[in-house]
Amino acid sequence: MERLRRTMMFVPGNNPAMMQDAYIYKPDSIMLDLEDSVSMAEKDAARLLVHNALKTIDYGNTEMVVRINPLSTPYGKKDIEAVIKAGVHVIRMPKTETAEEVVEVEREIERVEKELGCLGRTQIMAAIEGALGVVNAYAIATASKRMMGIALGAEDYCANMKTQRSKEGEELRLARETIVVAARAAGIAALDTVYSNLNDMETFRKEVEYIKTIGFDGKSIINPRQIEIVNEVFAPTQKDIDKALTIIAAIKEAEKKGSGVISVNGKMVDRPVVIRAERTIELAKASGILKEEDLK
Amino acid sequence: MKLNSSYAGTLESGDILIEISPSEAPGLTINLQSTVALQFGRQIKKVIEDTLSEMGVKDAVVDATDKGALDCTIRARVTAAAVRATGKDVWAD
Repeated sequence: MERLRRTMMFVPGNNPAMMQDAYIYKPDSIMLDLEDSVSMAEKDAARLLVHNALKTIDYGNTEMVVRINPLSTPYGKKDIEAVIKAGVHVIRMPKTETAEEVVEVEREIERVEKELGCLGRTQIMAAIEGALGVVNAYAIATASKRMMGIALGAEDYCANMKTQRSKEGEELRLARETIVVAARAAGIAALDTVYSNLNDMETFRKEVEYIKTIGFDGKSIINPRQIEIVNEVFAPTQKDIDKALTIIAAIKEAEKKGSGVISVNGKMVDRPVVIRAERTIELAKASGILKEEDLK
Repeated sequence: MKLNSSYAGTLESGDILIEISPSEAPGLTINLQSTVALQFGRQIKKVIEDTLSEMGVKDAVVDATDKGALDCTIRARVTAAAVRATGKDVWAD
């Protein structure tokens, strides 16, 4: 079953209190940041803090992501070593512009994993934060078997595009559509950018509704207060759930009888319908609408 | 091992400020200030000692101001202060 990634919560990598509390709010993924939220003078200390937190704190089933510094800086290589040695699930590359950058990071990951004897364990996701990255989105998304997803980073993207963010988000339309199509074509996750104005939850909700409509898996968030809204928007309706349950029941029945093709309410049920039904049920379970016992 | 004075950490809640300086006397001298010193003082000092021992730092004065840090945070801050004081990193270049 595909992992849910409705919310990826950003946590500064040099703030121990936030790092130890992040799990309480139950985001689907936690992204500990070694890049923009950490000053140059504190890169070494943040790397050690993130390494030790990942090794020690029990984050349960939460997906643990670390945003590293680019390999072109003196910090990137050490970041990779530190987080893989602590068992990180996903390394997030910032400001990714080409597939070659992904390949370079993959090479570095492999070197460390070989040394540790855990080859293939670490996944990669790439943040696309500029025009060149958007143009190369599919090449980036398919640059490595380790690719878990691609994400939009809107602040740098807007600066690069000589524009600024608006409530309506028109300036991000092409980037969002390109990224979500590239991710789907590559069979990986698509994550939307952050929304930083915590005093405007209405616009935040509209943005989440929009990105859900165009196919994103979830949104990057900067505050636990945003989690509930994202989960509400991504929660399936009762009608969706009932339909999904009927499809899954019909599939189970067909499997028992050994028949290949089935129909529900006169409509043929094929693979995409089943995948959608399974995802609806996973979302319903994660949203607390369905319990495991309801599925027996 | 040659040691310069250095520090790591902050005085924010959940963190610990570790200041390391060279010692004229042999061994570690740890001066701990913590609101939870009565309950956890011994454990905090042990984490500091173990971390420095792993890094080969034998003689030093350590001033630690704790604001309720977890063991993993103490380890991280002591390591960072020691790396800065010795100039010897724990990661490959």
